[in-house]
Amino acid sequence: MTDVAAEPTTQVAVASARGEMPPWRLLLRRPTFIVGAAILLFWVVCAIFGHLIAPQDPFAQQLLATNKAPSGAHWFGTDQIGRDVFSRVLVGARSILVIAFFATVLGTVAGTALGLAMGYLGGTFDIVGGRIVEAVLALPLIVVAFVFVAALGPSPPTIIVVIGLVFTPLIARTVRSAVLVERQQDYLASARLLGENRSYIMFVEVLPNVLPVVLVEFTVRLGYAIFTIAGLSFLGFGVQPPTPDWGADISANYGVLPAGYWWMTLFPALAIASLVIAINLVTDSIEQVIAS
Amino acid sequence: MTATEIAAAGSVDDLTPTLQVEHLEVTHRVRGDDRRALRDVSFQIGRRESYGLVGESGSGKSTVALALTRYLPRNGRVTDGRISINGQDPLAMDAHALRELRARTVSMVYQEPGKALNPSIRIGRQVAEVYEVAGLDGSVAQDKAEAMLRTVQISDPGRVMGLYPHQISGGMAQRVVIAMALAAEPSLLILDEPTTALDATVEAEVLDLVAALRADFATSVLFISHNLAVIAKMCDRVGVLYAGELLEEGPAQQVFEEPRHPYTVGLLRCIPRRGQRKDAGRLDTIPGFLPSPGHTLPGCVFAPRCPIAEERCREAPPPAFPVGPARSSRCYLHDETSNLPRNTPVEVDLGSSRDATEPVVSLRDVSKTFTHGGESVRALVGVNLSLERGETLGLVGESGSGKTTLARALLGLIAPDDGSVVELDGTALAGEARRRPREQLKALQIVFQNPDSALNRRHTVRRLISRPLQKLAGLSGARLRERLSDLVRSVRLEERHLSLRPSQLSGGLKQRVAIARAFGGGPRIVVCDEPTSALDVSVQAAILNLLADLQSKEQVTYLFISHDLGVVRYLSDRIAVLYLGRVMELGPAETVFAAPHHPYTEALLSAVPSIDGQRADRIRLHGEIPSAANPPSGCVFHTRCPRRLSSGICETTEPPLAEVAPGHLMSCHIPIDQLTILQRTEQDGD
Repeated sequence: MTDVAAEPTTQVAVASARGEMPPWRLLLRRPTFIVGAAILLFWVVCAIFGHLIAPQDPFAQQLLATNKAPSGAHWFGTDQIGRDVFSRVLVGARSILVIAFFATVLGTVAGTALGLAMGYLGGTFDIVGGRIVEAVLALPLIVVAFVFVAALGPSPPTIIVVIGLVFTPLIARTVRSAVLVERQQDYLASARLLGENRSYIMFVEVLPNVLPVVLVEFTVRLGYAIFTIAGLSFLGFGVQPPTPDWGADISANYGVLPAGYWWMTLFPALAIASLVIAINLVTDSIEQVIAS
Repeated sequence: MTATEIAAAGSVDDLTPTLQVEHLEVTHRVRGDDRRALRDVSFQIGRRESYGLVGESGSGKSTVALALTRYLPRNGRVTDGRISINGQDPLAMDAHALRELRARTVSMVYQEPGKALNPSIRIGRQVAEVYEVAGLDGSVAQDKAEAMLRTVQISDPGRVMGLYPHQISGGMAQRVVIAMALAAEPSLLILDEPTTALDATVEAEVLDLVAALRADFATSVLFISHNLAVIAKMCDRVGVLYAGELLEEGPAQQVFEEPRHPYTVGLLRCIPRRGQRKDAGRLDTIPGFLPSPGHTLPGCVFAPRCPIAEERCREAPPPAFPVGPARSSRCYLHDETSNLPRNTPVEVDLGSSRDATEPVVSLRDVSKTFTHGGESVRALVGVNLSLERGETLGLVGESGSGKTTLARALLGLIAPDDGSVVELDGTALAGEARRRPREQLKALQIVFQNPDSALNRRHTVRRLISRPLQKLAGLSGARLRERLSDLVRSVRLEERHLSLRPSQLSGGLKQRVAIARAFGGGPRIVVCDEPTSALDVSVQAAILNLLADLQSKEQVTYLFISHDLGVVRYLSDRIAVLYLGRVMELGPAETVFAAPHHPYTEALLSAVPSIDGQRADRIRLHGEIPSAANPPSGCVFHTRCPRRLSSGICETTEPPLAEVAPGHLMSCHIPIDQLTILQRTEQDGD
């Protein structure tokens, strides 16, 4: 095809008014995102460098300084066997964040793949998948996790796999409905007319368009994963002592709450709460930016 | 109503204009910037007058309507000027007075009737509510509502009142909305694109209705539309809005016959009119783009796109020059508009025209049955068509006639029923695109109506256009890059567009990307499914020119679907008229457009308003298109046919698609000579 009759080139000027701001810039304009991300970043730093920045050895038992209330020497006090609560809270971020992150990644990757397949292929695959999703939805997350971890033994890989697998159908369901919206779009018909195969259409054409949904789903699930892992640890099926862990530390110390030793329970609990709230703030901001 | 308002309302006489807008300026605040949406807009609407505001998308038409009733979005405000409705200023009203104004004085009808009605309340309840707000009792309000629905020509109002909005058609819903708007007997009725979402036949009925009611209710009308022909039909006076400014104003007929602003001239030249066809010359175009919102052009807003702009046009905004009785034009050069130079050369080289009949694709007995909740819906019934090399076959019909289903069956996007045959060069094609080899996929491509849906918004233009070159043409490396830049140039995009994503392009540019993609593999047949319906008039002309040019260069065959008969006539060599999945008429474009034609074709043609004065009203179609799940017996068109034979044959026997003249096929029981006589008197030869 050669150039057909020239037309004024001004015909094709980019509509300049559409200069859009990249999404991350919109995120940075939101105070809720800044606050959430700052708290999250703090805990991530603790998870990676906690052992370096902790003022004291989280394992060291100071038997002469047990049950000390918060003070200049021990900001968050000491526990029943004289370990520094502040140091244990900082270092304790690692186990919960690492396990929650990998469990959620596993669930998101598997769930997205399943959701794409259910939504795009449809038919029997969708019907069977849909029933499985409904079955899993009917089970309480913590109970399922509890049963599997009890049966297989409490090790971090087991917890990651169990939580990841429970998340898979939940994420698949959300991704599926996003894919159903995309399936109405004409660009998929165009791709079929180019002879693209199904996996190309699913992963190259559709996936980029449902990524915002996947991202939101990831952050929502991350919050749930943190709760679940803390719950398992509290019940004694998570990270094993003496490794610092928020859930396990609450479990070990809540018995002495009536005696007035509130700090050894309160501070790990606040840590869990702040992490979950931070993740929710980030999630909300992302959702709002995507919606706008 | 307070005492002062009663006094004010009482003082209204026939001499006070219903609406007076003076120097209106509206500003939107977007991310800390003030963007001016309207600048110095002044016009007035007299008693019982119908005023049309015409403009392309982004011109500020709807902003005017919203400002009048103070429905501007939260970030918008009136920054200057005055509005007066029946002598009252809505901008100065408190909440109560504003409510009264909206309830009694001004009514609005929007484009989407479906969105104007509450989906969970029965029609009767919603209409009666208007009367209850006005203070009438429940049962009286019900009676009034029923009478009002009868007034808007709903034949069985009692039944309709018991229905929910989703149970009625779009045309009927728009009648209900109009009924509600008129129920309060407003002084001013604002219609914002009221028929844009409707079929041409339904549009014609709704427009007739509005025209009739305007006389009965003595209401002034502000009619907003992008469609010049609709404005020409409906309005006494017209204002042409561009980039928030009223560029030209005057009696509708004069403005359209002898425009005095270069923009109006350009707009009118973009539309294929008076039976203009592609071989008679290119359509003129308006180069460039609407200035971005919040622009700070010191001079005339149209100057950057104007072929005759001078230095002074760029320096200071022209005032409204009076150019005749009740006419004005904001152009320094309003005397030079009659011989405005063209932006696009008229001459066309359509090459060696078409070769003799050489069918590329044939459809034989193509049917498609969908199953919906146990009911089988026959979307296509035994369609026989063939497309020749280098020709354009126009496909027309109301929505639900099977146009898109036919196109999708041809492409293999849906598999037709067993027994249907689609042949490419004499080889039968598999029903689904997935099972067709590359050579066949390459041959058949499509340009969709809505480029936003047709282009993957996450991919760059480079990727969108390269992909068919890789997949279908099998190119790579240097040859791919070479072909890519050829293709980009031939659809008149630029290299710098390649790295952008669809959201960074305007509608017209996006459609060029879609066209480039369709032509990438070197297709033999391109389906154009309403390719210009989502575009503005000035952009439409450029796209139609492009399609005509590409066709003559590549000898591609088009299956061209459009509801705009002017556009179909401009581009098509032959036309097929579809009704309920059946071909009613098929023949050379000029033959189909000139009488004698099938009564359905006749009805479609009479439904289309024209800018060039009023066509004699010929025939109107009443009632809805019947359900394809339960089509009428005999000739499927008999339920709406104005020329149905009294012998009863139409109700019992389906007429065959017979050749009434060489190449002209029709499915009608009325003998062709009789149709000629019936339709001859109404032929106006345009």
